[in-house]
Amino acid sequence: MQARASTAAPLGRNARAWTPGPTVFRWLWRTVWLACLVPLIWLAFGAYADRLGANPIEYITRATGDWTLRLLLVTLAVTPLRQITGWHWLVRLRRMLGLYAFFYASLHLLTYLWLDQFFDIGGIVKDIIKRPFITIGFGAFLLLLPLAVTSTNGMVRRLGGRAWQRLHKLVYVVGILGVAHYWWLVKKDLTEPILYACILATLFAVRLWHARRLRAHLAAQTT
Amino acid sequence: MLIKRPADIVPSDITPRALFDTRRDFIRAAGLGAGAALLGGLQGIAGAQGKRGEKLGPLAKSPFSTDEKLNDYEDITRYCNFYEFGTDKGDPSKNAHRMSTRPWTVSIEGLVQKPRTLGIEEVLTLAPLEERIYRLRCVEAWSMVVPWVGVPLSVLLRQVEPLGSAKYVEFTTLADPKTMPGVRSAVLEWPYVEGLRLDEAMHPLTIMAVGLYGEVLPNQNGAPMRLIVPWKYGFKSAKSIVKIRFTNKEPLSAWSRAAGREYGFYSNVNPDVDHPRWSQGRERRIGEFSKRKTLMFNGYGDQVASLYTGMDLRKYY
Repeated sequence: MQARASTAAPLGRNARAWTPGPTVFRWLWRTVWLACLVPLIWLAFGAYADRLGANPIEYITRATGDWTLRLLLVTLAVTPLRQITGWHWLVRLRRMLGLYAFFYASLHLLTYLWLDQFFDIGGIVKDIIKRPFITIGFGAFLLLLPLAVTSTNGMVRRLGGRAWQRLHKLVYVVGILGVAHYWWLVKKDLTEPILYACILATLFAVRLWHARRLRAHLAAQTT
Repeated sequence: MLIKRPADIVPSDITPRALFDTRRDFIRAAGLGAGAALLGGLQGIAGAQGKRGEKLGPLAKSPFSTDEKLNDYEDITRYCNFYEFGTDKGDPSKNAHRMSTRPWTVSIEGLVQKPRTLGIEEVLTLAPLEERIYRLRCVEAWSMVVPWVGVPLSVLLRQVEPLGSAKYVEFTTLADPKTMPGVRSAVLEWPYVEGLRLDEAMHPLTIMAVGLYGEVLPNQNGAPMRLIVPWKYGFKSAKSIVKIRFTNKEPLSAWSRAAGREYGFYSNVNPDVDHPRWSQGRERRIGEFSKRKTLMFNGYGDQVASLYTGMDLRKYY
């Protein structure tokens, strides 16, 4: 009973929410796909035109890290947004957004391994063990890996929806680790890490609030 | 002591600044494409804010200068940590033009025989101006080679005849919320304060810098006068100084106050003592691809190691 109820739109107001037709959705999907690529194009162009400032490697590291966090938060915003607006079709953009977050995380890690450390394995291993912010960042990347690998339709089927959903709850942990990674590395100015932390906290709060409402709704139905 | 023979010409003589500044336009003109030209236009607009500094000269050469490759004027003036103007390294070059550096006085006081207040014009004429090409190592693990212009700090300090009881020198810098947007945020406690032991302050390597690349110091680099202590992490070299005070107590510097476990009073460049959160073993020289090994005392060990004989530098970091 409960399982079925939780997949259906539980609150009547949302059932009549706007849904794009197939053509509109296709264009929406393409637009989002391109938009997510813009930061990379911007970086590549900046590198080519010598526009990344005095310390381009630091710039690239920061930019790829920033976009990983932003896309992670956007991905995490899909469900709360769905719950508030009833736009359930948003979930069909979520896989792409999540994979883009993983893509920028990979670029971020690659920048560190290649441009920053130049594959100095000894130095990298020492960094990962000794530097808490690098340990956390690396941990977050490792947790993202299984999510990216199991993102295909085939894998969802093979795992079964329940197990897949349980596994993909890891993304919450990744979000927290990602913000902590940023928080821990800044020298003094915590403005941006605090901003990301607040957004993350808000997204969690919306989920909790919605879950509580849903429980109350179901309880009212069953009694 | 190893003293390298200095080059016969000062770097500011090699390429005229006007030509140097247009080198990227030249490359661009050679055809980087329409998009690059568009971006270049934006860059030109941003660059118009910074006024070209007036020439300082003639400059004496110094045996303390390194002959390493200099960093670009552009990199030195657009990649700055000067939190009074914002915490992003690009902020100072965008915001510092609002600071007025004339008139400017520095008051020298505390445990001294004759406290004095000197105008910047006086500081400029205290001693022959010298070009000092120093390595600058930031605590964030990047470095540059910078052709400063200045006078030995000792010349300035001797003006007031320090008392025998003076053991430390404290430097206070400008904190003007009207012209410095960063001062309005509580990222550090303002004004920014730094300190040196008296023997460090009197050391011949320590200078009060008033210029860069043979010209008046740009605002974002700490105009009109700033400390340069080349064997210490960059934040020790306080910018835009308004007060110098002799004390018998170790001054509490702004960064020690903010995070004492991470930024000690001495803060000598030391590859063997890591920052609690990152390694100090290597550094990226701005403009270079791979990192280089960080040198003890930033390579000035021959000159300054004796100041710290018998001290545990892990404890006095």
